[in-house]
Amino acid sequence: MDGDALFQFLLRLGDNNLILGHRVSEWCGHAPVLEEDIAMANVALDLIGQTQLWLALAAEVEGKGRDADKLAYLRDAGDFHNVLLVERPNGDFGHTLMRQFLYDAWHLPALNALQTSSDSRIGEIAEKAAKEVAYHLERSTDMVVRLGDGTEESHRRMQAALDDLWPYSGEAFIADAVDEAAAAAGVAPLPETLKPAWDEHVAATLAEATLDKPEQDFMHKGGKRGVHSEHLGYILAEMQFLQRAYPGARW
Amino acid sequence: MIAAQPTVAEVWAWLEEVPDPEVPVVSVVDLGIVRDVAWRDGVLEVTVTPTYSGCPATAVIDLEIQAALRRHGVDKFHVKRQLSPAWTTDWIGEKARAKLNAYGIAPPAGAACARALAPVEVACPRCGSSKTERISQFGSTPCKASYRCTDCLEPFDYFKAH
Repeated sequence: MDGDALFQFLLRLGDNNLILGHRVSEWCGHAPVLEEDIAMANVALDLIGQTQLWLALAAEVEGKGRDADKLAYLRDAGDFHNVLLVERPNGDFGHTLMRQFLYDAWHLPALNALQTSSDSRIGEIAEKAAKEVAYHLERSTDMVVRLGDGTEESHRRMQAALDDLWPYSGEAFIADAVDEAAAAAGVAPLPETLKPAWDEHVAATLAEATLDKPEQDFMHKGGKRGVHSEHLGYILAEMQFLQRAYPGARW
Repeated sequence: MIAAQPTVAEVWAWLEEVPDPEVPVVSVVDLGIVRDVAWRDGVLEVTVTPTYSGCPATAVIDLEIQAALRRHGVDKFHVKRQLSPAWTTDWIGEKARAKLNAYGIAPPAGAACARALAPVEVACPRCGSSKTERISQFGSTPCKASYRCTDCLEPFDYFKAH
C-alpha cells in the first residue's frame, strides 16, 4: 500500500477517536449523575489513548519527524480526516449517547476486522482497542434502550437525536480511493462489508428502544477527505489553543 | 573495572517492589504490566504493556521502573512498550488477587478470555456476600467498575476481568 494512502487511512482512525474523545470530554463535570460523568470521562480517556496509538503510527508511516502530538495540535481542519458524525455538537445527554451508539456500533466491528490486518502494527492496536470499545458499545446500547423506552420526555429526545444524527451515520461505510487501496493491500476490509453487522445491531437496538429508524437514505459525507462542517473549527480552536499560542509549550 | 551485571532474576525482584501508582497494594509485576526483562548488548531491556490505552498511570509506571533501575545502579536500560498480546487480567496471580480483595477492591472474577462482558458473580470485599450489583461498568480508574453489596450495602470497586 502506498505510504501516503496508509498515512491517510491511519489519520482517519486517529482523528475519529480524537474528535469524538474531545467532544465526550466536554461532559466532564456536567453529566446528570456522578456514575455517568465518570463513564463519560472513561470513554473519552479510552478514545484519546487509542488516538495516541493511531496517530503515533501515522507519524511513523509519514516519516517526516512529526509525532502524535504534532498531528493532533498542529494540523488545520482541512487536514483532519474524521467522519462528520463525531464532530456533531453534543446537544443534550441523550443526543450525546445516540451519537456514541451510532459510532460504537461501527467502531467495534471495524476494530475486530482490523485485528487480521496485513499490517501487524495495525492489528496490534486494534486488538488492544477492541477490548475497550466492547464496553463502550455495551453501555451506549444499554442507554439507548433505557432512554428510548423510558419516559415520554426521554423517548421524545432520543427520537429527535436519532432523526438529527441519522444522515451522518453512513459516511464510515462509503468507500473512496484510500479505502480501496487499504482493502486491496489486505490492510482493512472494504467499509461496506461492515454495514450488515451495523444494520443488524442498530435495528435490533432501536426496536427494543421503541424508536423509529429513519427512512431517509441520504448520507452526508466529506469528513474523510477533509471537508468538514463549521463545528470542527471550534473544536480545534479550543483543543489547539495552547500549542498555537505558545508553540512547543510543555509542562 | 567492570561492575557486576545484575541477573534477570534480581531485576524481576526489584520490579516486584515497584507499586502500581493507582493501586499501590500490588506491584507492576503482580498486575502483569512487566512482560519481559532481558539483557541485550549490555543494555537492560524491560518490556512493559499498557493496561488500558488511555490509562494515565502508564507514564508514571515507566518513570517508576526507570527510577527503580537507577536506584540499583543500572544506567543503561531501555523501557520498551509492547501492545500484543493485549494486557489481560488473567495475568494477575492469586497472591495479588488476595491483596486486592484485602485492600477493598474485588479482584477480577473468572477468566477474561471467556468473555469480558459476561455477567459474573462478584463477591463483596467487605462481607464476602455474593449478593452484589453493578452500578456502572466504569469506575474510579479505567480498569475498574462500580459495584454495591446488597447485603452490607457497601459500595466498592471491582477490578474488571478484561
